[in-house]
Amino acid sequence: MTRSRATHAAAPLLAAALLVPLLAACTPNDPAAAGSDGSAAGSAKLTVDSSADACTLSAAEAPSGNIVFTVTNTGDDVTEFYLLAEDGLRIVSEVENIGPGISRDLVLTAKPGEYVTACKPGMIGDGIRSDFTVTDSGKDIEPTGAVADQIALASTNYVAYVKDQTEQLLEGTQEFVAAYEAGDDEAAKALYAPVRVHWERIEPVAESFGDLDPKMDLREADLEEGQEWTGWHLLEKDLWQPAPEANGGETYVALTPEQRTQYADQLLADTQELFDRTHEASFADGIDAPAIGNGAKGLLDEVATGKVTGEEEIWSHTDLWDFQANVDGAKVAYDGLRDVVSAKDEELATTLDERFATLQGLLDEQRQGDGFVLYTDLTPEQVKALSQAVDSLSEPLSQLTAAVVL
Amino acid sequence: MTTAPDQPDADAPKWPDAPRGTTGPGDPTRPTEPPREARRISRRAVLGMAGVGLAGAGLAGGFLAGSAAARTAAPSAGPAEGDGAFAFTGEHQAGITTPVQDSLHFATWDVTTQDRDEVVALLRAWTLAAARMTQGLPAGEFGPVSGPYDAPPDDTGEAEGLPASGLTITFGFGPSFFTAADGSARFGLDGRKPDLLADLPHFPGDMLEDARCGGDLAVQACANDPQVAVHAIRNLARIAFGTASVRWSQLGYGRTSSTTTAQPTPRNLFGFKDGTANITSEESAATDEHVWVAPGDGADWLAGGSYLVARRIRMTIETWDRAPLREQETIVGRTKGSGAPLSGGDERTEPDFEAAGRGGVPLIDAASHVRLAHPTSNGGARMLRRGYNYTDGSDGLGRLDAGLFFLAYVRDPATQYVPMQNALAKHDLMSEYLRHTGSGIWAVPRGIAEGATLGGDEGAFVGQELFA
Repeated sequence: MTRSRATHAAAPLLAAALLVPLLAACTPNDPAAAGSDGSAAGSAKLTVDSSADACTLSAAEAPSGNIVFTVTNTGDDVTEFYLLAEDGLRIVSEVENIGPGISRDLVLTAKPGEYVTACKPGMIGDGIRSDFTVTDSGKDIEPTGAVADQIALASTNYVAYVKDQTEQLLEGTQEFVAAYEAGDDEAAKALYAPVRVHWERIEPVAESFGDLDPKMDLREADLEEGQEWTGWHLLEKDLWQPAPEANGGETYVALTPEQRTQYADQLLADTQELFDRTHEASFADGIDAPAIGNGAKGLLDEVATGKVTGEEEIWSHTDLWDFQANVDGAKVAYDGLRDVVSAKDEELATTLDERFATLQGLLDEQRQGDGFVLYTDLTPEQVKALSQAVDSLSEPLSQLTAAVVL
Repeated sequence: MTTAPDQPDADAPKWPDAPRGTTGPGDPTRPTEPPREARRISRRAVLGMAGVGLAGAGLAGGFLAGSAAARTAAPSAGPAEGDGAFAFTGEHQAGITTPVQDSLHFATWDVTTQDRDEVVALLRAWTLAAARMTQGLPAGEFGPVSGPYDAPPDDTGEAEGLPASGLTITFGFGPSFFTAADGSARFGLDGRKPDLLADLPHFPGDMLEDARCGGDLAVQACANDPQVAVHAIRNLARIAFGTASVRWSQLGYGRTSSTTTAQPTPRNLFGFKDGTANITSEESAATDEHVWVAPGDGADWLAGGSYLVARRIRMTIETWDRAPLREQETIVGRTKGSGAPLSGGDERTEPDFEAAGRGGVPLIDAASHVRLAHPTSNGGARMLRRGYNYTDGSDGLGRLDAGLFFLAYVRDPATQYVPMQNALAKHDLMSEYLRHTGSGIWAVPRGIAEGATLGGDEGAFVGQELFA
């Protein structure tokens, strides 16, 4: 999960939103309804010049509907631009962290009414304010309801989900490590993929802890010269020991019992560390709507680059377990935000529902027993179909974050 | 043709300082704009000058960039050849008789949806994006550097700052678009497939690779900057995700044909001039007879369109390069230098297949390429060729994977392509050095009418007649 978003406006700022981000016009599948008059999707386009001592808008009013403020910082300090409700207190939408000389768009959908604009050069004080009017264009603007409450609930639920998965991961890893250290390879092999599912479901969270991920999940191909290899995939290779021709021509040397204990204990300790960190209060603070939305997209990116190519589990070939787990995690993240998405962009929600279902249908075809067929049992046509379904889902999923931030 | 001013027109409406992403009055949603001047115009400047009324309409095919006519129209501006924009709209799709650009990105897609409405929505979105990109605008409304900060940009960005570069985007429908593998009609297009849109037969010596053949939809993107051509296909592929999936694509460079008399005949990777006898856009009678499908030809929705045949023809470069000049010229039937037929004259001289030398042996071998490909050997059939060289690196044996990506537009593939390719495959001396590895045929619909509105739920789109 992207920790850099931890500073993103928290729930109070999202309260009573009147505005929704313009999504329809930037969804690539939508030709954006360019009008015959040459106007762009009916968007009102305004410029904001934020200098050291002035905040100049190209117009003091705009018709209700889609509005784009292109904010240019012509001052020397970092600036921000806010659209506030009539009371001058409630933040309707904002762009932050605009460096000197930089332009950034604030894109939103506005209802008719009186507003206040504010540039905040130096990011201090009340900013340079002006009144702003949104006139009634007659366009139907969806009320967004209690979006902030929905987002807060989604965050709470997602944090609970992450904690639950780390608990199951820790429990499963204990069993796996016990079997592996005891030399019970069959039991360890049987546990490998089902336990890793709990890791793969929350992979972006684990990756956000930059020190843990490489210790726990590095593949042999990811190692740099001289780097010590630890974690799941080292044990994977030792359980599914390759013949020389699959090992760069070299005879695989099995880990000694001492090495087994050393690396398995290390994995267990790292898993405990992951558990502890996700159970700290500060962890929950970083889980906001963008973190969840970007996490969902990140999980599908994992599928597209590692799982659908069979690169993740090159010794055990249990890639489809990981594939399913990544999709599970993305679906949970999306489901938590679905009401928010649906209120703002119903078409996006419908598309995502359909494409999640299509992808799940293809995965279900590969189920075998409690798990899946091995990656190496898939035909090229099946891999291609899965890959296409991942692409079909990933493209609209990349719009999720923008749909759930203000 | 008038010359465009260097600066954006001061009278043009004031659009915010949004780079390229902003649609202005020159937006292709108002495609009545006449062709613009071929000048080194940044994509950004295009926006500003788009409002300028140019009086240069009326060129057949709507082309101008890079042509001699365009250059002479702006003698003082030091125009860079090939930067300008071709009109997207017109009676025929651009990219056929348009002067051949330097670079190609060709791609085909398989439609993954069963839903006719989704296909139409894709064609509408493609048409709008293509219209925009050919005019030097970003694919989407916001462009690559603006729009919602938490959303991916609606244009991928690698063409930012580049001129339109003569980009044309040409769309076609393959046989598999109409008919599923089980023979049933797709998308409610029962009875709409032209009889002539049949999969090409197996030709002698074909070594086709499935991953380089066919496709429900094909798009030919040609531009004078390879980055602009690749940008076009990449953005169209992005728009198609969920509706259609790329089947294969091919990059090409160094056009191997010319379609106007103003363009010098280029050379293919055998080192010979190629396409000397090609149909040029100036031959309006020949294009009507050999290129454009006419009403009554069999599928009225395709009237004004054409059939596109693509063949990826690998050349065995290394063995060719070991062939003596005598053999090379015998195979081609022309000189390697000037391109003159071996019967004499210069490049433009008609070959004389009766001319004989010592011992009565024909100067042009009966199995030479020029003889077998000549209209007189093919019942008068001609075609408009638009091929490109390709080099896809080297193979595992250190040999160039290079050759000709053959593209030809014909009115009737059954008479203009199939018999000739059969004859060439069987008899042509050149066949020894060729391997056909990719193949496809597509019906290319007519162009979008000038003045049509694009985009939205009602906008005009390429292939609209097919769905009428």
